Amino acid sequence: MEFRLTEEQFQVEEMVRNLSRKEFAPRAGAVDEESRYPGENMRRLAGLGLLGMLYPAEYGGSEAGPVSYNIALREVASGCASTAVGMAVTSMVGEAIYRYGSEAQRKRYLPRLAGGVGAGAFALTEPGAGSDAGGMSAFAREESDAFVLNGAKAFITNGAHACVAIVMALAQKYPRKVGAFLVEPGTPGFEVGKAERKMGLKGSDTVSFAFDECRIPKSSLLGAPGEGLKIALGTLDGGRIGIASQAIGIARSALGIATEYAKERRQFGQPLGDFQAIQWMLADSATELEAAQLLVYRAASLKERGFPYSREASMAKVFATEAGNRACLKAVQVLGGYGYVSDYPVERHLRDIRVSTIYEGTSEIQRLVISRSLLR
Amino acid sequence: MTFELTEEQRMIQETARNFAAKEVLPKAAELDETGRFPEELVRQMAELGFMGVAIPEEYGGAGMDNVCYAIAMEEISRACASTGVIMSVNNSLACDPILKFGSEEIKREYLVPMAAGKTLGCFGLTEPGAGSDAGSQKTTAVRDGDFYVVNGSKNFITNAPQADTCILFTMTDRARAHKGITAFVVDMRWKGVSLGKLEKKMGIKASATSSIILEDVRVPAKNRLGNEGDGFKVAMNTLDGGRIGIAAQAVGIARAAMEDALAYARERKQFGQAISEFQAIQWMLADMATEIDAARLLTWQAAWMKDRKMRHSKESSMAKLYASEVAMRAAVKGIQIHGGYGYVKEYPAERHFRDAKITEIYEGTSEIQRLVISSALLKG
Repeated sequence: MEFRLTEEQFQVEEMVRNLSRKEFAPRAGAVDEESRYPGENMRRLAGLGLLGMLYPAEYGGSEAGPVSYNIALREVASGCASTAVGMAVTSMVGEAIYRYGSEAQRKRYLPRLAGGVGAGAFALTEPGAGSDAGGMSAFAREESDAFVLNGAKAFITNGAHACVAIVMALAQKYPRKVGAFLVEPGTPGFEVGKAERKMGLKGSDTVSFAFDECRIPKSSLLGAPGEGLKIALGTLDGGRIGIASQAIGIARSALGIATEYAKERRQFGQPLGDFQAIQWMLADSATELEAAQLLVYRAASLKERGFPYSREASMAKVFATEAGNRACLKAVQVLGGYGYVSDYPVERHLRDIRVSTIYEGTSEIQRLVISRSLLR
Repeated sequence: MTFELTEEQRMIQETARNFAAKEVLPKAAELDETGRFPEELVRQMAELGFMGVAIPEEYGGAGMDNVCYAIAMEEISRACASTGVIMSVNNSLACDPILKFGSEEIKREYLVPMAAGKTLGCFGLTEPGAGSDAGSQKTTAVRDGDFYVVNGSKNFITNAPQADTCILFTMTDRARAHKGITAFVVDMRWKGVSLGKLEKKMGIKASATSSIILEDVRVPAKNRLGNEGDGFKVAMNTLDGGRIGIAAQAVGIARAAMEDALAYARERKQFGQAISEFQAIQWMLADMATEIDAARLLTWQAAWMKDRKMRHSKESSMAKLYASEVAMRAAVKGIQIHGGYGYVKEYPAERHFRDAKITEIYEGTSEIQRLVISSALLKG
């Protein structure tokens, strides 16, 4: 049992925290306001080796490991949540290619993803297949020299800025078998739809993909033909820890602002922080975020050591994202009217964190995973 | 950052789990029903080293760490919360302050037999008029040569009816308010010490709670813990550790509520299927399990920090606040999953609910924990 960070993890925390405070946080308001992709932040992360933390240097990565990665992601999120989700999905896609890809696939994509040439996108969801991912209808018809993709994907994070997308599609209809395919934007028949307008995470682009007789080489299959769902779910297990970290980062920022505000703001002749009504909100947020952080560290540490961590990742995600939502809601309440206006970032935090209980597996899917593991 | 148990921690977990399942669990319902003090279990726990888990062997303890203590507390409390609190008070509230603040002579005389479980300890801080506001002590100690003469009364004292030794808090200088509090080690058989009536309680019924009445009790000056005026520090420091014990107890109760509900949900059939097939039930179980894991991690973190002599007031308060509220929520859900069977005594679900409630109250109410946590935030 060891609750302390290693020296290396501590250094990652310090470095990314400073970067995020000095460079990302000051831009985050404009990124949100203008729904502008934070390309300069992504390039900065790439320059520091923070987009390839989950694979080795020979592929352009820094192999810092899941614990350090989650620390970095959390710190990025506390400055700019849109940047964090760009980092999270790019890292997750890179990790999947490293884990399941051929040597040629690794060599082709990983240095680009780690180097910030383009983001990574993960195309699983369809208009009619959300939580029920297995119900997808995109189809990759196999021909002698190629796969031919047809179908639609929805809500694809990073989709407009990706250099590669992992696209899940049926490799066989009867019986159904899902394959994972590496598809590059610009491939004829692959159309990127217009960006969704969202409640939050406005700097992160979310698009639809349409495939119309899109021919991709046989070499673009990731893993084996029937392995797609396994790859998707395995990748999401790690992704969920990342979203939990993102939520903690956003919520910690909100709690920090609420705490400072409570010290300064005076009403009825005393600082807000002297009122128990305010103290209670701060104490509950801090306690829940501390518990969430420990669940995240536990899942990441299990992953780092090669142990099974699916249930623990789901626990971390459902707990951290729900606790994070509560903490952001309380932060807005502590700031009162100032919490509702954009002069302070807490209203953005609340909008940004709202999606965390939805994407990469809704809270409902996490509870299914957890209860199934209990009842098994 | 790793969360795996050490060899020693795994061993005590296994020992405590086996002991709890074999010896404690079969008696839990009867203990609750009769309110009988489980003397035989306390004796058996003493043999296992559970009455002084984190006390060094040279002082009669098992010489293990505080994570081991939290682990053993969880296992015992999972079987019987009453037995858990008897153990917790002896370990955290009676042994620990003597280890930390007692002279060598006092350690030899009182700590050695207590950590070995040959004697039982209690903690006399609360008074009828001094609950959360522990600084407003009315019990007085007046210096008289090599003695202090103590008068007053203590309220809601766990273990008092069976205790041999009491860590007693008194006011030696009222003008200095909480800085005028002084702590002593008091032998419960001394002249002038008597017990008030036994409290009837909602839960943890096999743990005895009574008041202590102190009339001209002559306490030797050498039995003082620390200096005059150190009492408040002794109390707060002791409670930082005690809260880890109660957090672990709460995790144990929550686990009992969840594990019982899980077993019931698999067996109980309604609408042609096991009720565990319904998402309504699955959701309750998933939330219980997630919150229990979170509570345990907070508890172990605080214990781990105490082992390293790091400041852990905030972390202990977080663990205690969170774990106790998790225990309550789990107990409520546990009854709900059992339906009508959860409300009757044929199943232990209703006992878990009654036992869980106290964890939000004693050793600092949830409100006191939130005060500790928020003042750490607002000071920082």
